[in-house]
Amino acid sequence: MSGLPFLLEIGTEEIPDWMIQPALANLRELFEGVIAEHSLSGKVSWVDATPRRLVLRADGVLERQPDTEELVLGPPKAAAFKDGKPTGAASGFARKMGVAVEDLRIEATPKGEYLAVTRKVIGRAASEILAEALPQVISRIYFPKTMYWTGKGGPRFIRPIRWLVALLGNEVVPFEFAGVRSDRITSGHRRLGSPCIEVTIDSYEASLRANYVLIRADERRERIKSGARSLAGSAGLRLRPDEALLNTLVYLTEYPTPIVGGFDAKYLDLPAEVLVTVMRHHQRYFSLEDERGNLAPNFIAVMNTNADPEGLVRQGNERVLRARFNDARFFWNFDQQKKLADRVEDLKNVTFQAKLGSYYDKAQRMVELVAELGGDSVAKRAALLAKCDLTTEMVKEFTELQGIVGGLYARVQGEPEAVAQAIYSHYKPESMEDDIPPTAAGQIVSLADKLDTLRGCFAIGLIPSGSKDPFALRRAAQGVVRILAEGEIHFRLPDSGDLGEFFRDRVEYYFREVRGFRYDEVRAAMAAGFADLKDLNARLEALRAVRPTENFEPLAASFKRIKNILRQAQFSGGANLEEALLEAGPERELHDSFVALRTVVQEHRTRKDYRGALEAIASLRPKVDLFFDKVLVNASDPRVRENRLTLLHSLLTEFSGIADFSEIVTA
Amino acid sequence: MDSFQQTVFKLKQYWADRGCVIQEPYDLEVGAGTMAPETFLRVLGPQPYRVAYVQPSRRPADGRYGENPNRLYKHQQLQVILKPAPEDVIDQYLGSLEAIGIDLRKHDLKFEEDNWESPTLGAWGIGWQVMLDGLEITQFTYFQQCGGIDLDLVPAELTYGLERLVAFLQDKESVYQIEWAPGFSYGDVRLAEEVQHSVFNFELADVDTLWELFRLHEKEAQRLLDLFPKYEPKERFPLLAAYDQVLKLSNLFNLLDARGAISVTERVGVIARVRKLAVGVAQAWVEQQTPASAEVAR
Repeated sequence: MSGLPFLLEIGTEEIPDWMIQPALANLRELFEGVIAEHSLSGKVSWVDATPRRLVLRADGVLERQPDTEELVLGPPKAAAFKDGKPTGAASGFARKMGVAVEDLRIEATPKGEYLAVTRKVIGRAASEILAEALPQVISRIYFPKTMYWTGKGGPRFIRPIRWLVALLGNEVVPFEFAGVRSDRITSGHRRLGSPCIEVTIDSYEASLRANYVLIRADERRERIKSGARSLAGSAGLRLRPDEALLNTLVYLTEYPTPIVGGFDAKYLDLPAEVLVTVMRHHQRYFSLEDERGNLAPNFIAVMNTNADPEGLVRQGNERVLRARFNDARFFWNFDQQKKLADRVEDLKNVTFQAKLGSYYDKAQRMVELVAELGGDSVAKRAALLAKCDLTTEMVKEFTELQGIVGGLYARVQGEPEAVAQAIYSHYKPESMEDDIPPTAAGQIVSLADKLDTLRGCFAIGLIPSGSKDPFALRRAAQGVVRILAEGEIHFRLPDSGDLGEFFRDRVEYYFREVRGFRYDEVRAAMAAGFADLKDLNARLEALRAVRPTENFEPLAASFKRIKNILRQAQFSGGANLEEALLEAGPERELHDSFVALRTVVQEHRTRKDYRGALEAIASLRPKVDLFFDKVLVNASDPRVRENRLTLLHSLLTEFSGIADFSEIVTA
Repeated sequence: MDSFQQTVFKLKQYWADRGCVIQEPYDLEVGAGTMAPETFLRVLGPQPYRVAYVQPSRRPADGRYGENPNRLYKHQQLQVILKPAPEDVIDQYLGSLEAIGIDLRKHDLKFEEDNWESPTLGAWGIGWQVMLDGLEITQFTYFQQCGGIDLDLVPAELTYGLERLVAFLQDKESVYQIEWAPGFSYGDVRLAEEVQHSVFNFELADVDTLWELFRLHEKEAQRLLDLFPKYEPKERFPLLAAYDQVLKLSNLFNLLDARGAISVTERVGVIARVRKLAVGVAQAWVEQQTPASAEVAR
């Protein structure tokens, strides 16, 4: 590729790991905007980052913008010539443009004829354009929470910027941001590298590597993965994969090196959930397991350095983990002094939401909701106790274990196993990938919890908007949808009002993105109702099955036509069909087939045999086609016309109870 | 191996060598070094400042009767304020770790996002927890706002958790085993305090008395703040004394909380009462420091 390579490195203090990838995508977009806007050609060939640097490379950037031509209009032709001779206005314009009067031409415009000259505009140097644009690019990279550091009113970024590398070919693109001048000097690893390294575009990556910075996230990822696997293997253990943790570590390090550590097997009598949480969330360690899948008394930590020859880092991490596990044991023993059942009253001191009261109030509402959902005594007991673990030391310390701790405590405190199970899983599903609670009682308690939150928040106007969803209502609603669609509970979703609209979006998302139905199928089936998700599911599956059959899509097209006809006629039914007005032939035949089919379809629907019903409806296609072929709906006799519209309307209404076919997009 | 006090000496010397005033702990109960006026008030306004001090910090609800090896009712923070933060602030900080004997080439260091916020003080900042071999040893914060006011100069606040740090250096499983001075363990020096204050905080503190004290200090703080607008000359006005009342309130709130005496409905309201006074003092302080810019700050 002709043109020049370009390299930008924004050197910062440590950027939060989870913000880096979106920032890089944004940087790429902003830079592409600049080269496009200024016709600099070239394309972004690489973006990458470590916690201390965001890097962008482009190739094929033109050294200069292409020259362009610009048409400059002068005085009107009428004022420019008198008796065929140029006037002062004409010669003045020519002088101003630096050309001879003879070189001026006449340009016809909508406003009339004008003198004009074509001027050549010399393209500006890329370096100059980039020097102006890069401060803007940097300041416009989006971060969720920014800071200022040079003083009040100073520029904002995610963390202080400490150096800038900006090279176009071999030259520095000169600019300044937040008091930092761009240069060709980068900085290595905080402890292992040099703080001042002169680079060229070609030497950049290798120079960083020599200074213990692996600039490519993919390489760091691979180094962690393969290192961790081989350490686990040498210990005769298996690594428990954890992609989210891996990604965090990739962006927390510049030179990651995994090490293996151990802990006393005596801690294994604490629940594995607690041990894994401490390791994963608090220490960012990978867990290991033996060949039978049991948690092993070992862990893998990832250092941000090259080696641990004296074992100091391992020892330090082991010591911290030991203290954490001791804490957990202390909390466990301390918490057993007061049973969950004795903590119900304590929930009065834990706020759920200022206007919605305490968790005590919530628990009472959940118990009532469980009854509404058809729950038994197990589910009611679980609902009453579900939130009690919020008052335990263990959950105060490890909030992500809420529910799980309650379930574990219920079990050791002699609650029935089914109650313990339901408490344990009542926050599930916590994500799209997570399972729903495994038992009916768990599903009911989970539904009661989420529905209470949703109803309460909507009642006081806490409705999510844009990215603002502090009570995670979208996740709660998504959980409700999944449990109702996949679980054992029958319950009608709210399908009207704000909450109904909110659920409509979740239901649509679920069937499209999670279940893989086509969007027009989902809309068609939902148009016939979505309060009963199992029924919706059955209708969708029937629709998917029938769709490829030969009559279906043409019939759907006809239904759309019917809908349009009715809309144009502003016809909304109401009249009774008068059989006497039906014309013999296609109209009469359509009517008779319809009447005969109606009974068949009804029978199928009663048996929830939606596929049978849809196939029956589809069989009507030849009659509908013939009708439209031979019969004029807009008959001159208004009574006949009205009667035909009534026939079509009945047809549409009768057969839209499973899905609104007019929503189907046909080829 | 350095004793607890030796490590403190070294850190103080290190920061003294970098131009810090070495202050003594503030002589009122505070929940964190940030609350001492040397931080809370000094970060406001346009005057540069550098200070380091150890601040014993009381968190009544964290007391464990001296039974938990890592949790304390009162722990010691070494607090450093560099206002404005120098460009090489992180390098200076890393130098302080070397100064107390940590060879950073042999250890693992990570900066993990941890933003600090104190609703009671109307203060927040952006920063990290600094992890050494998996142990959080320092909270590093670039202050952005204090008392609800955007700061003129952005200070860096370094808060070293001394017990944790020294337990690490001395390789002790329990803070009580730390050698404070030759012949004296941390337990020798502080255990009785942990036990007795835990008993007071959780069992014997009289709730009615605490509320009464709360109201008295609140009234006094408000009375002083009400006098400020008309008082001349401004520079003599005892805002520092008004701030002492706020600190008393904050500690009383924590005690009442540990005692389980603040109900859900009250809680938010009580925090708001303390915050209102803290913000009031901060704004008056800015006005007192920079009379000309007072209107802008408002």
